Amino acid sequence: MRKFLLIALKDLKLSFRDTAALLMMLAAPFALTLGMGAVTGRFSGSSSTGLSDIPVILINQDGGELGNALVEMFSSADLADLIEPSTGTDPVDARAKVDADEAATVILIPAGFTNSIIPVQGSLPGDPVQIEIYSNPTRPNSVGVVKTILEQFLSQVEVGRIGGQVAVTELLTSGLITPDQAAAVGQSVGQSQANDTTSSIAIRQVTASGEEVKFDVLAYIAPGMALMFLMFTVTYGGRSLLVEQAAGTLPRLLVSPTTGSQILAGKIFGIFLTGVAQLLILIGGTTLMFQLNWGNPLPVILMVLASVLGATGWGVLLTALLKTPGQAGAIGSAVMLIFGILGGSFTNMQLLPAPIQFISRITPNYWGLQGFTTLAAGGKFNGIVTPLLWLLGMFLVLFIIGAALFSQRGLGKK
Amino acid sequence: MASILEVKDLVKKYGNFTAVKGITFDIKEGEIFSLLGPNGAGKTTTISCLSTLYTPTSGDATVCGHSVTHEPMAVRNAIGVVPQDLALYEDLTARENLAFWGQMYGLSGKVLNTHIDEVLEQIGLTDKAKQRVKTYSGGMKRRVNIGVGLLHKPRLLFMDEPTVGIDPQSRRAILDSVKELNRNGMTVLYTTHYMEEAQELSHRVGIIDHGELIALGTQAELTKQVGETDTLILHVGEAEDPQPLADALKNIPGVTRADVTDHEVTIITPSAEELLAPAVTHANSMGIKIHSIDIREPNLEAVFLHLTGRALRD
Repeated sequence: MRKFLLIALKDLKLSFRDTAALLMMLAAPFALTLGMGAVTGRFSGSSSTGLSDIPVILINQDGGELGNALVEMFSSADLADLIEPSTGTDPVDARAKVDADEAATVILIPAGFTNSIIPVQGSLPGDPVQIEIYSNPTRPNSVGVVKTILEQFLSQVEVGRIGGQVAVTELLTSGLITPDQAAAVGQSVGQSQANDTTSSIAIRQVTASGEEVKFDVLAYIAPGMALMFLMFTVTYGGRSLLVEQAAGTLPRLLVSPTTGSQILAGKIFGIFLTGVAQLLILIGGTTLMFQLNWGNPLPVILMVLASVLGATGWGVLLTALLKTPGQAGAIGSAVMLIFGILGGSFTNMQLLPAPIQFISRITPNYWGLQGFTTLAAGGKFNGIVTPLLWLLGMFLVLFIIGAALFSQRGLGKK
Repeated sequence: MASILEVKDLVKKYGNFTAVKGITFDIKEGEIFSLLGPNGAGKTTTISCLSTLYTPTSGDATVCGHSVTHEPMAVRNAIGVVPQDLALYEDLTARENLAFWGQMYGLSGKVLNTHIDEVLEQIGLTDKAKQRVKTYSGGMKRRVNIGVGLLHKPRLLFMDEPTVGIDPQSRRAILDSVKELNRNGMTVLYTTHYMEEAQELSHRVGIIDHGELIALGTQAELTKQVGETDTLILHVGEAEDPQPLADALKNIPGVTRADVTDHEVTIITPSAEELLAPAVTHANSMGIKIHSIDIREPNLEAVFLHLTGRALRD
């Protein structure tokens, strides 16, 4: 058997004999997935979506068409499983309920909201007003869902407003209406668009074949946790090279008829094997324990391999830069957490500021999560091509840099 | 007898520090050759260069005719290395460790298993072979550490201070096994700072100090360097300062040299018996209390002292 493979298999065996490492590689992501799943109501059994009956308090101070349309939309049958709306009049009281964790958000529709978009006949549009959302920080996923629905509504309203303007301009230019009639026509078009919003917003995801897919929040949490702790595994694997240096086994390998490249290849392949084993165990475990559907097995395996490759690239680079096992342990943990946060393991990426979303692309967590959630939502191979290419490219770039650094450092030779 | 190892003008520098200063020696096939010297003398650096772990700054060495600088792979195939510190995977069993290291030396299948069984028998761990190394005592770990070096039956075995930090029983077992290996035809390069080990094991000894080989030869040849002399050691109390006594004794006829080490005065003399009475008288007259006295025949310790003015354990 080739020596690099023997070294890799030895490392795989050692990783799975290290109780502390096993806790971090398997127990911790399982426990966090379980915990976050419980927080989001995934295990309550009340809904197949995981997130269900999100308590939302609506305070409609507007009373116009758009304000009413927004309240109606949150109360619609389409969102009945997902949202548990209630109406209120006192913002202070509503915020207190959010603070007491009795509600996920308060949506305050201020007076003049409709008028700011659809002017009353014979008058100019009012000053712009803003819908206020008061959010419960302990329910980030629920808040994310509510914000997404609200954004879709506002987007639809904006489309209606622009559509109305364009329509009125066209009618005026073509002489079909007079300037006196323009305001009435604009209001009519705007109201018509507003009334359409309810039907345009529905959370329904289908596969290419038209089969409906119910998105499971665990399909976001589980890969998020798995990918975060995958970073632990790769830094732990990289650290093992430094541990071997300190423990004398690396110098011993270097005086055996084994080349430095065989040793390095073996260590890197060992990291890769351990990462693959970790992800496969987590996928198998969450499938069996939580009935989580990760998607089509073949693309899922491709995503596993690519995610581990991308993460391994980081492991190689970090190991090449660091000098002692202690450094690798501390910095590895920090990188695991930072990549977890940046890559979306803890929160919906859409809630993060745009610059953070941009930076997150350097993490294997981000691309892994993109791929896994796509597959869990019924996506096929063509839906994960971009994450696969990014992860592969990430590995190649980081591996080349790491290998160059190792080449300068010369493993344990002096 | 042909040389299995030839070292010529070997130099190893780390920046401005020269750890090995141009040493030259050879080892004949079938010998046990000891490199004897205090800690920091350059023994481990020398072995590291000879085993191809470190690249010499200048000079070269050949093992079985292969240059350590130009043919490192051929050298590695010919040698076995027992490092000073344990170099084992503690979460693997002894058998798994041996199997892994055996595979690194190209062994596999039936040959590998036979070699593992033989080595386990040799190091006396057959019945504990399936226990993880981390559950072993220090002595048992040392034995596995040695076993790894023997697995591929090398022609030349480098043993770098293999008895450091172990109990007397394990130490005895290791020394006996080195002799047994040599009886079976293995050539051994053994480094130590224990004079007794070098004396017991070696056909020839190289004494190394501050990176220089200061003496080389059989024990008889080396002790001849200090002449027909005895070593008289006066142990004084911890509260005493032995230096004035040593200075005084240097002026007595028959004292070749007198040196202080810890709370001892070590005197090189042609006749310890004749010097005993005047030495004790001097100590009494100076008010220095002597706790005990040792008289030793010429040995490697005396050679080292003669050559460096320091005890080997300094």
